[in-house]
Amino acid sequence: MSIEAKEIFKPRIVAFCCNWCSYAGADLAGSSRLTYPADVKIIRVPCSCRVNPMFILRAFEKGADGVILCGCHPGDCHYTSGNYYARRRMTLLFSMLEFIGVEQGRTRVEWVSAAEGAKFSRTMNEFAEKIYSLGKNVRLEDLRCRN
Amino acid sequence: MQELRDRVKALLMDGTVDRVLGWKAGDLPYNPEAAYFETPESLTEFIYDGFCGANLSKMMIEASKLEGRTLVCLKPCDTYSFNQLLTEHHVDRNKAYIIGVACKGKLDIEKIHAFGIKGIRRIRGSEADVASGILQFETIYGEKSCAYADAMLERCHVCKGKEHRIYDELIGESKETKDADRFAQVEQIEAMSPDKRFAYFQKELSKCIRCNACRNVCPACSCRKCVFDSTRFDSAQKANVDSFEEKMFHIIRAFHVAGRCTDCGECSRVCPQGIPLHLFNRKFIKDINAFYGEFQAGEDIDVRGPLVSYALDDRKPGQTAERG
Repeated sequence: MSIEAKEIFKPRIVAFCCNWCSYAGADLAGSSRLTYPADVKIIRVPCSCRVNPMFILRAFEKGADGVILCGCHPGDCHYTSGNYYARRRMTLLFSMLEFIGVEQGRTRVEWVSAAEGAKFSRTMNEFAEKIYSLGKNVRLEDLRCRN
Repeated sequence: MQELRDRVKALLMDGTVDRVLGWKAGDLPYNPEAAYFETPESLTEFIYDGFCGANLSKMMIEASKLEGRTLVCLKPCDTYSFNQLLTEHHVDRNKAYIIGVACKGKLDIEKIHAFGIKGIRRIRGSEADVASGILQFETIYGEKSCAYADAMLERCHVCKGKEHRIYDELIGESKETKDADRFAQVEQIEAMSPDKRFAYFQKELSKCIRCNACRNVCPACSCRKCVFDSTRFDSAQKANVDSFEEKMFHIIRAFHVAGRCTDCGECSRVCPQGIPLHLFNRKFIKDINAFYGEFQAGEDIDVRGPLVSYALDDRKPGQTAERG
C-alpha cells in the first residue's frame, strides 16, 4: 500500500495596492467580513504609479502565478495623475507580455476605491479563479529562485 | 566624400569647430569606426561610406561635456536621435555643429557574407555619392558583386525618410530607401498562436550573451545609472543562466526606451548574435501609435512623449487582447 502524494496547486498571487484606495478597500473588505482567497498577498505601494514594470516581472521571477495592480479610479488619484501614468505603462507592458507569449490573464489592473470592499473581494476571487484555471506560471519563472 | 572631407577640414581649420566626430577606416574595408579628429592632418583617415551605420548622436553626450564645439556628421535617421537627446537635455545644441550627411541606405556586412562574398579586399560603389546601385567586391576569390538594395540593413528598408530633422548644413543628396512596411514583422508575429510566439522568442532570445551592446549603443539608453549595472540585480553583466533572464532583460530594455525610441535600429545592427531586437521596440511603437495616436520620437524638439503624458480617456490595461 502506498500513499500517493497529491500536489494541490496553490497559486501565489501578488496584489500591488495603492495606499490611498485599494489598501483601504482591502481593509474594508476585512472589516465587512467579506472573504478573498488567502493566496493573494498584498503589497502596499504609495500610488499605483509607484509600480514599475520591473516589479511585475520580479514578482513573476520569484514565482508569482499572477500579479494584479489595484489603484484609485481614474480622476481620484491622491497625487492627481499617478494612476493615469500607471495606466499607460501597464497597458504597454501587458501588451508586450502577450506579444512574447505569456498568457493574458496573469496580469490585471483594477480600480478599487476605499469604499469598495465588496469590489475588492469580488475582484480577488475572480482573479484567483482565473489563475487557478491558468495553472502554474512556468513561462516567467526563474528556476533559481525556487528553493 | 571628398566634398564632405574638404568642408570638414575647412571648418576645423578656421576654428568654427574644435574637433570632428566622424568615422575612420577600420582594419577591414567594411568596419569603419566612430572617431574624433582634432587636427586637419588626422582627417586623411576620415571616411564616409555605406558601412558608416553607427549613430553618432549618442557620442554627443560626452562631446557636450568637452571644451569647445564639436562637428558631428549625422545621417537623416541619426538626427531623430539627436532631437530626442536634445529634448531630454542630454546634449548641448550650442556645442554641436551638425553636418547632415547624405545617405542612400547603410549596408549590412552579415547580409553580404550570406551571399557567399567573403575575403573582401576592396569594395566599390558603397559611397553615398555613387549612384550605381551595384556593389562590387574585390575578394581573394576574385571579383564579385551584388545589388546595393539587397545588402542594406533591415532598418533602411523601413527608412523614416531622407529629411534631416536638425542640421547646420547639408552636404550631398540623400535617397529614400523604404520598400517595406515597418510593422509587417510585428504583425506577422502577432498573428501566431501564443505558444508559437513564446517558442519564437525563446529561440531568438536564448542566443543572447548579455554583452550589453544593445544597451550601450542605444541613444535613448543614456541614463547615468542603469538598472542593469546594479550589483543587486541578479543578472548584471553576465550570460543568462535561465530563460527568464533573457526575457526580463529584453522586456525591460525595450520598456525603458518606450516612447523615446526613434527606431534607429542600432540595437539590431550591433547585436553579435543577430537577435531581431527592433521587434520589441517596434511592438511598443506600434502599440503607442494604436492606443495614444501616431508618435515619432525625435521628430521635433521639446515634445512630451506618450509615456510622460496621459489622456483622461485612455484605454484600460488588459483590453489590448480583445480589441486587437
